[in-house]
Amino acid sequence: MDDIFGIPAPLLFGQLLLGLINGAFYAMLSLGLAVIFGLLNIVNLAHGAQFMMGAFAAWMLLAWGGIGYWWALLLAPIIVAVTGVILEKLFISRLYKLDHLYGLLLTFGLALIIEGIFRNEFGSSGLPYRIPPELSGAWDLGFMFLPIYRGWVVIAALVLCLATWLIIEKTRLGAYLRAATENAALVQAFGVNVPRMVTLTYGFGVALAAAAGVLAAPIYSVNPQMGSNLIIVVFAVVVIGGMGSILGSILTGFTLGVVEGLTKVFWPEASATVIFVIMAIVLVARPAGLFGRA
Amino acid sequence: MTTTTRRAALKAAAALPALGGLPWRSAKAQAANTVKLALLCDFSGTYRDVTGPTELACIRQAAAEFANRGFNVEVVYADNQNKPDVGSNITRTWIDRDGVDVVIDGGASSVALAVNDIVREKNKVFLNTSSATSDLTGSKCSPNTVHWTYDTWMLARSTGGATVKAGGDSWYFITADYAFGHALERDTGTFVKAQGGKVLGAARTPFPGTTDFSSFLLQAAAARPKVIGLANAGSDTVNCIKQAAEFGLNRRGIRLASLLMFLPDVHAIGLETAQGLVCTETFYWDLNDRTRAFSARVRPEIGNNALCMNHAGGYAAAVHYLKVVADMGATAAKASGAETVARMKAMPCDDDCFGPGRIREDGRKLHPAYLFEVKKPEESRGPFDYYKLLQTTAAEEAFRPLAEGGCQFVRS
Repeated sequence: MDDIFGIPAPLLFGQLLLGLINGAFYAMLSLGLAVIFGLLNIVNLAHGAQFMMGAFAAWMLLAWGGIGYWWALLLAPIIVAVTGVILEKLFISRLYKLDHLYGLLLTFGLALIIEGIFRNEFGSSGLPYRIPPELSGAWDLGFMFLPIYRGWVVIAALVLCLATWLIIEKTRLGAYLRAATENAALVQAFGVNVPRMVTLTYGFGVALAAAAGVLAAPIYSVNPQMGSNLIIVVFAVVVIGGMGSILGSILTGFTLGVVEGLTKVFWPEASATVIFVIMAIVLVARPAGLFGRA
Repeated sequence: MTTTTRRAALKAAAALPALGGLPWRSAKAQAANTVKLALLCDFSGTYRDVTGPTELACIRQAAAEFANRGFNVEVVYADNQNKPDVGSNITRTWIDRDGVDVVIDGGASSVALAVNDIVREKNKVFLNTSSATSDLTGSKCSPNTVHWTYDTWMLARSTGGATVKAGGDSWYFITADYAFGHALERDTGTFVKAQGGKVLGAARTPFPGTTDFSSFLLQAAAARPKVIGLANAGSDTVNCIKQAAEFGLNRRGIRLASLLMFLPDVHAIGLETAQGLVCTETFYWDLNDRTRAFSARVRPEIGNNALCMNHAGGYAAAVHYLKVVADMGATAAKASGAETVARMKAMPCDDDCFGPGRIREDGRKLHPAYLFEVKKPEESRGPFDYYKLLQTTAAEEAFRPLAEGGCQFVRS
């Protein structure tokens, strides 16, 4: 068996692949954050709570409505996006003219309230959600045992991320959105309903978080804290990638997943810290982030 | 607008003395004859379901059972947020300002060790009902503390010992990287080696903040152990078990030893994934007629939550304390915590949850430990019918022998 830096090669390849899978979650979540920040200038700290709501919505659809995974993958993001739109209309839309800090504090408060409500209703130890039968089982890749579901997560995340990037960078709608962030008044003068577009963009960012939540439900414990555990890391990913950079957040998400995976092999105790170390270095060397424009 | 506001303000001002005065007067009159029980545990985080509101309901049940014994019982509670500094501040405020006589639970081991020192310094009573560290009756033992429900030594002996006996003689640990995880890994490793087994290694996972354990599970599997020991708790254990099933570790002949798992965790994992796992608790609601009766009594108060040994510990410890108060009188019990704990040790225990037992000199409550296997989904007949009893360890053998603990005040 070949060793690489004293680690058996199969183990190392396995860890790289696992890192990529975790990176898929980071990418999906940081993408939603980047879309919301890039187009609305809101630092959405409720993103983790909305990720959690996605997982819970999937659970509720199954437990209360008998609706399975595949429909949940479509319905849960829509349901959570509707709640996001309501939040945007009621609260967030009032803060666009103020400093970032106000939006950050508001969404942080909302996240605490949402998590508190779910904790009161469902407790903290979590709820079971099974892997759909079509995706259970595993492939033997020779160097590792890859659960089919994890492979599916990477593919689904890649498709979602690329689709989002294409919509924003390559379509007319995306062009309107980007134009509205540059100069909202001018775009409105051309007859585009900018406030509605902004609301729907928030809803879309929230839907991305919820979709990630549904994908996470079968493999992580579905509990009210599941989002707050991830959100801090995801914020670091966004900062490293460059606030508001769509492609940056996707690439950084996957890359940092891999870096974290490798750290788990060489120095497990540091795996929770490594991303923040990178963040600190990036902030010193390139304050706008790797892909951001200063 | 102005008039309404002024009128409302006047009304409020008029009501203030009445509101403020009444409880104060009665409180002063009754304080001497009231024992105040304070529950300190996790009400908002990962350990909420294995302590929290359900334990509070159990302690209130105990208080209700002592309603007419010539003294009053008051129950208060607070969230320790699993942080030692938060827990210490609350404990000091409770004792210095609010006249609390007993702190129940303490929660995470790190918080419990801090509370242990404060309660001893203030000469009150600490009834610990959910912390794991065996140091509470070892190097950190205190004449003011009773450690009720379980500890790391007992878990290591019961779950660890049984797993080695069943052929699992080579271990790899996945350990939560803090005091509790280290203690559990240490105590279990000692048992494994003592019985001729081998410890191949350990992966220390950052706590809190780890959600994906697949890397650690694969590292563990690469060492080819027969058993992966989970020296963690709560959602960490739940995630490990879910992900081990996903990666098919059981199909490769690797067993998981969930060293600390409670009924609410099994509920969270689901029987489909959890079936066949073994774990140790000192209480299970469906153990005998008395435990079923207790469960039926508290069920209306706890909603759809699973009862575990920590909740039962809160009830039983409070009951035993209140028996002693009834015996020695509220005034004497309030005067000296150490004296009250000494009386608690002298009086044999008997309650619906743990049956007959006693509290040893070092503060260790002795009762049997039960090794359970999680049922298959088709074996479960109703809600929370999750455990099959595999083996019972007698009270005197279940916990670390007195001489091995190194408790200072017992030796002197």
